Amino acid sequence: MRGRPLLYTSYEDEQALLPTWTKRIAVAVLLGFLVILIPFQLVPGFRFLGEGDWMTLLGLVAIFAIGALGLHILTGLGGQVSLGQAFFMGVGAYTAAALGGPSGKALLGLGLPMWVWLPAAGLVAAFVGVLVAPTAVRVRGIYLAIVTLGLVFVGQWLWINWVSLTGGSQSGRRFPNFEFRLWGEEGDPIVDLTADSVWFGVDVSGEVKTYLFLIVLLIVFAVVAKNIQRTRSGRAFMAIRDRDVAAEVMGVAEARNKALAFAISSFYAGVCGALWGSFIGLLIPESFSLFLSIQFLAILLIGGVGTVTGTLLGATFVTLLPRLVRDFTELLGDTAQGDGLFAGIADIFVSTGLDDFGLISTLPGTSPGFTVFQFNLILYGVLLIVFLVFEPLGLYGIWIRIKNYWRSWPFSY
Amino acid sequence: MTIPRSTLQAEFERTVEEYEHLLEFDDVSLSFAGVTALDEVSFSVDDNELFAMIGPNGAGKTSAFNCLNGVYKPQEGDIRWKGESILGTRPDQIAELGIARTFQNIELFPHMTVLENITLGRHIRTDTPWWNGALWLGAARAEEMANRAFAEDLIDLLEIEQWRAYPVALLPYGIQKRVELGRALAMEPELLLLDEPVAGMNLEETEDMARFILDIREELGISMILVDHDMGLVMDIADRVMVLDFGRVIATGVPTEVQRHPDVIRAYLGAELESE
Ligand SMILES: Nc1ncnc2c1ncn2[C@@H]1O[C@H](COP(=O)(O)OP(=O)(O)O)[C@@H](O)[C@H]1O
Ligand SMILES: [Mg+2]
Repeated sequence: MRGRPLLYTSYEDEQALLPTWTKRIAVAVLLGFLVILIPFQLVPGFRFLGEGDWMTLLGLVAIFAIGALGLHILTGLGGQVSLGQAFFMGVGAYTAAALGGPSGKALLGLGLPMWVWLPAAGLVAAFVGVLVAPTAVRVRGIYLAIVTLGLVFVGQWLWINWVSLTGGSQSGRRFPNFEFRLWGEEGDPIVDLTADSVWFGVDVSGEVKTYLFLIVLLIVFAVVAKNIQRTRSGRAFMAIRDRDVAAEVMGVAEARNKALAFAISSFYAGVCGALWGSFIGLLIPESFSLFLSIQFLAILLIGGVGTVTGTLLGATFVTLLPRLVRDFTELLGDTAQGDGLFAGIADIFVSTGLDDFGLISTLPGTSPGFTVFQFNLILYGVLLIVFLVFEPLGLYGIWIRIKNYWRSWPFSY
Repeated sequence: MTIPRSTLQAEFERTVEEYEHLLEFDDVSLSFAGVTALDEVSFSVDDNELFAMIGPNGAGKTSAFNCLNGVYKPQEGDIRWKGESILGTRPDQIAELGIARTFQNIELFPHMTVLENITLGRHIRTDTPWWNGALWLGAARAEEMANRAFAEDLIDLLEIEQWRAYPVALLPYGIQKRVELGRALAMEPELLLLDEPVAGMNLEETEDMARFILDIREELGISMILVDHDMGLVMDIADRVMVLDFGRVIATGVPTEVQRHPDVIRAYLGAELESE
């Protein structure tokens, strides 16, 4: 079939998840990088990616990607713009804490194993989603955004005041560890994902184990999202998104399908929240704020609404951005301390002292300029506007253009 | 080329069918804040009939379809499907009865491909639960393959092979009209509503569409209501014609009869004079 990439010998081949060999190989290479080369520091020049804090960062990417895939199903496929992601993450995280937290302590906890609390986090969030759905499916567009915004505030109030569950704003609470046990809390777990150990003669750090666990989960959730997209319900979601009245006239039950998208999306968010809690270790109720929800919308918009690939690109970009800004600021700060041409240029961007003006402050509180956190917020805002105006297809659109450019090379212009 | 109708459905049609008319409009009236769109409209459609509804713009033809689909709710009268009232039934439930439709201003799903649009038409004829699809289990896989084969048959019939993987928003108008017809046929309907299927088409495209409509009727035995604003196409292919003007029925009968009806001539001449 070489040279005739569009010719398929059976529908089965064409309907496959990865219909072409190019795609299969590309995904295999990517997986090789993600699960072997990066964690075990086998990429020359990029060894640092396998170091502890980069493993943490990439694990965070996986967690946020799972939450973003949930929003992709609701907003990307279903066209329902929701700000409720932070709320459902909170529901998932605190469900996990209540079920998996240590029993007999001051805070609510039943000491159940991960195979209970992790699925339960998703299921309880989905159940709450189903409870909210009748209201949510009746409103559309900006009104849905407002209703779900309300959810975030209700959640915040609840988490802050339900101290026996959440630990309150002062101290927050710890979340269950990533470890496999059949039952009970005593003794060593079967697999402890946070402790260093030796697997098949290779040293595997706790960070690497956690990272690998999260990557496997992400792959499962991404495949499920893609499956939904290419089967009956996914088409129904997209039809409602594109033209709701026509979809109904074609036999798609609008309320039922919107509620379904809402529930699935909440399941993803719940699992994401539970993973996030355990991954960070300790969270306060304020962690589940509106800013978190906005971050997820930013992931979708920057990645490119409507595709799984775009969602994954967006999650990677948005999660790594603050870190890149921080590292870059540090680099600029160091450069500005030195002398020469580069020091002068760097000094324009950072402020290093009381009377030094610059965009970003390296000494928050003492030197003028934005803090790195504020600068990140501004950067998100600017990026959102830039993508909305110039590249509505997001990073995915840019990726497609690069691909087409190389495909037509050397005749590309 | 033949399209596989499910044998179950064929059986169903033979055994349970005991009704006077497939579809009846009984004194249906519909108005919008002062505008009367339909004024005591009555007509019926029988099995295998190609019934046409014509009338100048604003006569109420599209509104009649919207009432039938459950999108609008008439203030008075009754609409019966196989003898039973369908007033107050949701649009998606009405679709499940076997009523499919194309729209005057194409209502395809613009971001979905031709294949996805047509496959969506299979929604009411499939029932694998969502989690089965999410896990790509055997039942969902089999359903997707069957859907695909069905959609490909329609794509062949409508001669749109080369467009199958394109998002429909990118396609020429005439092709979009065909895709919309394909999406409706994928529902395996018993009654097909066609709202101005040749509006805005040139002579060649009109002839193609007329041929498709006749093919569909011959091969699939689907009853149809064909709406058009001028008399041309309708007079050649319809069994019976109803003429609407300002929401009122001014004549119903076989084409030759209706054509000579003085009120019809007046309505059409009047409309032409106004538009000049
Ligand atoms: N949703 C609506 N709201 C208000 N008026 C409407 C609506 N739909 C149709 N009408 C009015 O009803 C009348 C019939 O319209 P329509 O059924 O579209 O006519 P046709 O399809 O025969 O051209 C027109 O006067 C139109 O303005
Ligand atoms: Mg009309």
